[in-house]
Amino acid sequence: MGPWLERQRRILEFTLSSLWRRRGKNGALLLVYTGIVFLLSSVMLFTQALKREAGAVLIGGPEIVVQRTVAGRHDLVPDGYAGPIRRIRGVQSVVPRLWGYYYDDGENANYTVLVPPDQPRPEGSVAIGDAISRSRGANPGDTLPFRTHKGEPLALKVDRVLTDESRLASADLLHVSEADFRTLFGVPPGLATDLAVSVRNPRELTTIARKIAEAFPDTRPILRDEVLRTYDAVFSWRAGILLSLLAAALMSFIILGWDKASGLSAEERREIGILKAIGWETSDVLLMKFWEGAAVSLTAFLGGVLLAWGHVFLGGSALFLPVLKGWSVLYPGFHLAPSVGASQLTTLFFLAVVPYTVATIVPSWRAATVDPDAVMR
Amino acid sequence: MIELRNVNKVFNAGRPNEFTAVRDVSVSIAFGRVTVLKGPSGSGKTTLLGLVGGMARPTSGRIFLEGREITSLPERFLTATRRKTYGFIFQHFNLVQGITALENVLLPAYPTGEPHRGIRERGMRLLSDFNLEGKALSKAEWLSGGEAQRVAIARALINDPAVVIADEPTAHLDLRLSMEFMDAMGRLLAGGKTIVMASHDPVVYESRIVSEVVEMRDGAVVDQARRP
Repeated sequence: MGPWLERQRRILEFTLSSLWRRRGKNGALLLVYTGIVFLLSSVMLFTQALKREAGAVLIGGPEIVVQRTVAGRHDLVPDGYAGPIRRIRGVQSVVPRLWGYYYDDGENANYTVLVPPDQPRPEGSVAIGDAISRSRGANPGDTLPFRTHKGEPLALKVDRVLTDESRLASADLLHVSEADFRTLFGVPPGLATDLAVSVRNPRELTTIARKIAEAFPDTRPILRDEVLRTYDAVFSWRAGILLSLLAAALMSFIILGWDKASGLSAEERREIGILKAIGWETSDVLLMKFWEGAAVSLTAFLGGVLLAWGHVFLGGSALFLPVLKGWSVLYPGFHLAPSVGASQLTTLFFLAVVPYTVATIVPSWRAATVDPDAVMR
Repeated sequence: MIELRNVNKVFNAGRPNEFTAVRDVSVSIAFGRVTVLKGPSGSGKTTLLGLVGGMARPTSGRIFLEGREITSLPERFLTATRRKTYGFIFQHFNLVQGITALENVLLPAYPTGEPHRGIRERGMRLLSDFNLEGKALSKAEWLSGGEAQRVAIARALINDPAVVIADEPTAHLDLRLSMEFMDAMGRLLAGGKTIVMASHDPVVYESRIVSEVVEMRDGAVVDQARRP
């Protein structure tokens, strides 16, 4: 092993033993530090996983959704709009969609009811999301009772439980036949919830959307990218709210961390004096302080991120589920698919590790540059 | 030889509390001998000792180590020279609390990048030379005054320096321990070390191993006596 590496090892060893000597103080700091990193990274991981889920939902969706509006509100769209839109140059397909929400007062939950356009379903049957399957205790072969818009009962037989790449999308989903959908909600034949438009060339999206709006002034074409951006904004906004709630905690930690890191106790100052006097260079002292800051902040960073990972992906983000998710439905036993973004971890790393390490070195630099004979006086 | 020429050391220069600790000192310290800087408290001996050992730079004047001027060396080189040439024993021993006697002894060797096994063996040998092998793993704060000082001597010797510098080494020791300390210095002298001490204790400056006494008062050298 070369002298350079040996020097690093010896100084790191001494640093760790120094940290251990002041374990009460350093342990308390590490605990608070880890807690803060845990909270921050929980918010980051949770928001990112939600965005990813939302992205996964939309990625297979149509490029343009055409809604009809009446007095500025979403209204049913006539199937007849599909033909002229299909004839616009560049449009690949137009599919009228039927979907809506069904409120189950027995469970106090809102379900998303959908007629799958590509897989026609037999009348009288229903495919249910796994969250509904769990909450209602319904399995294939069971019959689920519903109430139509007229208040009449409608019994549908469960023939499948839906599992999907994105559980956020499929958890509360009901797939029914077109006839059952119209019976349930009283949607007259010839009308759909909206139109899903596929486009050959993504660069023509805005032109086609403009042409649709010109041909049918009572419609509103919504681009998938716009929805993605909206999701992004909504989740970022929620994360922002949570972060501002955490701001007080963050601030107090920054003050504590800065105070601890930047203020040297008389004992530490004396120790630096001794080290200088027995032949340590300023750079040796700074190396020691660098390792000290790096050891504390790296441990806090790794501990905090691992705890946050467990909290978000294993513990169901119990701490701030109501604030961040804020969906119309509380999903029973909902778990996000683990996903960690390198860029966010890097940002957190630079926010957590670098300032603390620098704050540890700077005051030591002042102490370490004094003449070593100070310890003799 | 360590040579000081017209050395002055002023603290807080230009401020109302300006204080001249060493004034116009020119002395030569021969290698392989014991030199004592003698004088009352506040006479400037500790400051002069620090200047001799390269711990501080003079405000004016020049210091030579074996003919090479060290006054204007950049900090890195000065520290490297100090680490190789000098071993320091402080008045208050200045052991780092909370770590073992052995770790204290090894501390000056850490920045050298020497393999750990080598410095550890040397540290144990030094502790055993001072009858402290049983205390190697004792924390510094558990040691008695005499033990702490012997650990401090062992620490001063870990990098095998040519010159041992001791500041008021007997100030916190009783007569028996002071005599033991001087015996230890005698052994180091016999081993070829140069020893420079600051002291106003007769046990030190009247010791038979001392060959040169530099007497100081108010920062200046008032007498320099060489013994045969």
